[in-house]
Amino acid sequence: MQALYAQLLVGLINGSFYALLSLGLAVIFGMLNIINFAHGALYMMGAFCAYFLLNLTGIGYWWALIIAPVAVGIFGMILERTMLQWLAGLDHLYGLLLTFGIALIVQGVFQNYFGSSGLPYAIPDYPEIGGFRGLQGGMNLGFMFLPIYRGWVVVFSLVVCLATWFLIEKTRLGAYLRAATENPTLVRAFGINVPRMITLTYGLGVGLAALAGVLSAPINQVRPLMGADLIIVVFAVVVIGGMGSIMGSIITGFALGVIEGLTKYFYPEASNTVVFVLMVLVLLVKPTGLTGRAA
Amino acid sequence: MKHRISALFLGIALALAAGGGAMAQDKTIKIGVLTDNSGLYSDLGGAGSTLAAQMAVEDSGLAAKGWKIDIVSADHQNKPDIGTTIARQWIDVEKVDIFMDVLNSGVALAVNNVVKEKNAVMINTGAATSDLTNAQCSPNTIHWVYDTYMLANSTGQALVKAGGDTWYFLTADYAFGHALERDTTAVVVKSGGKVIGGVKHPLNSSDFSSFLLQAQASKAKIIGMANAGGDTTNTIKQASEFGIVAGGQKLAGLLLFITDVHSLGLKVAQGLNFTETFYWDLNDGTRAFSKRFSERTKNKAMPSMVQAGVYSGLIHYFKTLEAMGGNPHDGAKVVAKMKETPTDDALFGKGTIRADGRKIHPAYLFEVKKPAESKGPWDYYKLIGTTPGDQAFRPLSESACPLVKK
Repeated sequence: MQALYAQLLVGLINGSFYALLSLGLAVIFGMLNIINFAHGALYMMGAFCAYFLLNLTGIGYWWALIIAPVAVGIFGMILERTMLQWLAGLDHLYGLLLTFGIALIVQGVFQNYFGSSGLPYAIPDYPEIGGFRGLQGGMNLGFMFLPIYRGWVVVFSLVVCLATWFLIEKTRLGAYLRAATENPTLVRAFGINVPRMITLTYGLGVGLAALAGVLSAPINQVRPLMGADLIIVVFAVVVIGGMGSIMGSIITGFALGVIEGLTKYFYPEASNTVVFVLMVLVLLVKPTGLTGRAA
Repeated sequence: MKHRISALFLGIALALAAGGGAMAQDKTIKIGVLTDNSGLYSDLGGAGSTLAAQMAVEDSGLAAKGWKIDIVSADHQNKPDIGTTIARQWIDVEKVDIFMDVLNSGVALAVNNVVKEKNAVMINTGAATSDLTNAQCSPNTIHWVYDTYMLANSTGQALVKAGGDTWYFLTADYAFGHALERDTTAVVVKSGGKVIGGVKHPLNSSDFSSFLLQAQASKAKIIGMANAGGDTTNTIKQASEFGIVAGGQKLAGLLLFITDVHSLGLKVAQGLNFTETFYWDLNDGTRAFSKRFSERTKNKAMPSMVQAGVYSGLIHYFKTLEAMGGNPHDGAKVVAKMKETPTDDALFGKGTIRADGRKIHPAYLFEVKKPAESKGPWDYYKLIGTTPGDQAFRPLSESACPLVKK
């Protein structure tokens, strides 16, 4: 029973990465109608950005949490301005192919310079509060040893996810955004700069991916292919949650992390496939995804 | 008309004669480096293996003696079906004589069959499975650098002797992981230890926390990592996060490469024990080669044992062909000759090749240095034990290879 609690918690931790990444995808798809296959590569760039900040300029983890998403977000906005915007109104397939191509190029460039084994990035050891050195070490919960860093990841990503949801669903800015998706011409007639809003939204989605990258840098090796391994699972999460649904992808992200964690315990050989089995089942029963609206 | 026909016959006869003559002293060689050029093993093989092959060609001096040597390279993407497709095309169309590297046990076993069927040569320096020289041994294949039996034997025995008598396995769920777990289990049991559990994880997992928790709960003294590349580095990194080593359990890296240690950093990797058959800082010969190698790589990396094996294997292959006076393009014949000739090169020292295709040389047990002990980049290992070649590998008396006469 104790082992089960531990697996549930570990699942929740992995789920927070799925949630952050699928949230970014959902925002981009929901608002821009782009299937952003470059998401994994941008996540990887976030992690590399944290690595560069630390090793080239000495800027540590806490600042990287802010700087890396902004930097990669700006890179994303440049992509949107120079390439993606021309695909607006075309079939989804064009956006998918373009972003997939971008992902391959970005990964190829990083692999060319940094190889495939990856680079080290340590868990932050500052500030020292009480007996704790930054986020290093862990605590014994009785049923498991919880690394403090993992606990931090769950809490922090939950906060970010809910804040994003609030921004889009509950604020005036979010209302403009949603309106612009429904009918851009009309929203423009009210004097709102729709193209700029779209660019900023893409930047936000990309920034979320980069943030997930920074969060994962101390846990996983910072590797050029770290995003490629993850992105397919994240797409499955988005499909299960319902394409473009913000809350759907947050909840599905966490839930699938837990289900995957349990599979790792009961039948580890299937842990890489369980998400896709679920995806097939959901698509058979409810093709719009769990929380999706009919198109 | 009559004249024309007889001229034609004369032409054909001459062509045949010339062809036959050329075959006797054919001095062309085509080398195929089949490896992982883009995936998780590309640092320990990949472009570095192709570079090692180029260096072997240059150092052999055969070009000056009128030999024509070409190198081709391809990415098998760690997929056996892609590996065999490339292998067939290389042999049938491109006339490749010898396959080098061929890392990934799944791909290696598949390519092994093609090479045998088409009578080419494979010097495998990258794959781990000891089946290549056991049940699946072939008259066309030499297994050069290391294998699962040797790794298990050296690392497993040392750790059980040091008191690690209960084991839990984290195993990559494919041919290599299974072979490594099987061979290590045999050694652990033979040395008086016990295996109390294990879990098989899919290749290329990024999160190992679930598996590590299970290993932690097992209370085994040793957690044996029967995986490789990114899987191993992520396991080690996350194990330190979950306080596994601090809790008194010890990690055993059953297959680690210097590129893995480099990517982990000494802070995380320090104290790990594992076995390799090559390290750049072993002696003057290895240092000289590695310096030249490193200067020609993009990120100044030292050679892994897989890449060093490509160089060493080719040097022996070239020596053999030179002694034969030409390339007969007959794989089994060349390999038989290679087995007769003792090996000697700067990287692996003096050695032999056994009837089952196993290359014999010493195995070194290393410990990763503490950050304070390291003098600079790539200064990572302390040598803590050497197993002589005749004891390092599976004894022929236990072999299931049909080529071994008993």
